[in-house]
Amino acid sequence: MNKVYSRPKALKDVSTHYCPGCGHGIVHRLIAEVVDELSIRERVIAVAPVGCAVIAYDYWAFDCSEAAHGRALAVATAIKRVRPETIVFTYQGDGDLAAIGTNETIHAANRGENLTVIFINNAVYGMTGGQMAPTTLIGQKTATTPLGRDAQLQGYPLKVSELLAQLPGVKYIQRTSLQSVQDILKTKQAIKEAFQNQMNGLGFSLVEILSPCPTYWGLSPLKALEWIKDVLSKEFPLGRIK
Amino acid sequence: MAKIDINKERCKGCLLCISVCPKAMLKKSKQLNKRGLNFVEFQDTGSCVGCSLCAVICPDCCIEVYK
Repeated sequence: MNKVYSRPKALKDVSTHYCPGCGHGIVHRLIAEVVDELSIRERVIAVAPVGCAVIAYDYWAFDCSEAAHGRALAVATAIKRVRPETIVFTYQGDGDLAAIGTNETIHAANRGENLTVIFINNAVYGMTGGQMAPTTLIGQKTATTPLGRDAQLQGYPLKVSELLAQLPGVKYIQRTSLQSVQDILKTKQAIKEAFQNQMNGLGFSLVEILSPCPTYWGLSPLKALEWIKDVLSKEFPLGRIK
Repeated sequence: MAKIDINKERCKGCLLCISVCPKAMLKKSKQLNKRGLNFVEFQDTGSCVGCSLCAVICPDCCIEVYK
């Protein structure tokens, strides 16, 4: 019998701290698989966010840097400009990329930095205890919107991918999800394309991934995937945005 | 003939693998692992085709597939 599926070499053989059914583990593995398939483990540098994935560098077997909250793209810009031969990507959640780091995100995209961004959108703040994020849906209950998000009071879900798609510096934006095995495989393809764009010098590439947070959605892992399919992906439509 | 190997100490019992197995060969164990979670067990009835769907959806990378 031959082994046909096992842990990629770029993923350390350790257990993660994520909750059961969390999407971060899946995306960590997909990135590691892409890094292995492109044979870029010696060249890739990840920039970890502040959020649930803050210790992502403990899980990947390649070089990583940590950034101050929201500043991952500023740090990535510096790394890429000083060491242009490296392949630099940031891994950011919706709190890091779309709330405190909106400024850095928009300007890095507008400068057309040759970087890859993996944007995990789970419509809630995970690490700090399930508060409302900019991407939280109207009516969604969180720790800070116990009656559901009210557009009059808290505004509308922020669609970062559509916003960034208007900028001429941005070359590639794709929104995918983890709602099924098929979508997970599509996500991997999108991540691969975003890395290849950088290797080919095309410019700023972003993959937004709708990812489950069963703990702060108050759902079982399986119901969380159904919620992405039935609710979250209706507000954030999947597919190629740019 | 194929089979899978589940690392029961890494399994967090999210049960996503059970939902995707086309041959219904996975089952939640009544036993607990060291974390105190009901892990998932592989019941080898000989019909595993090695499709790897369980391994693709596993958030904790605890499934290896052999074919």
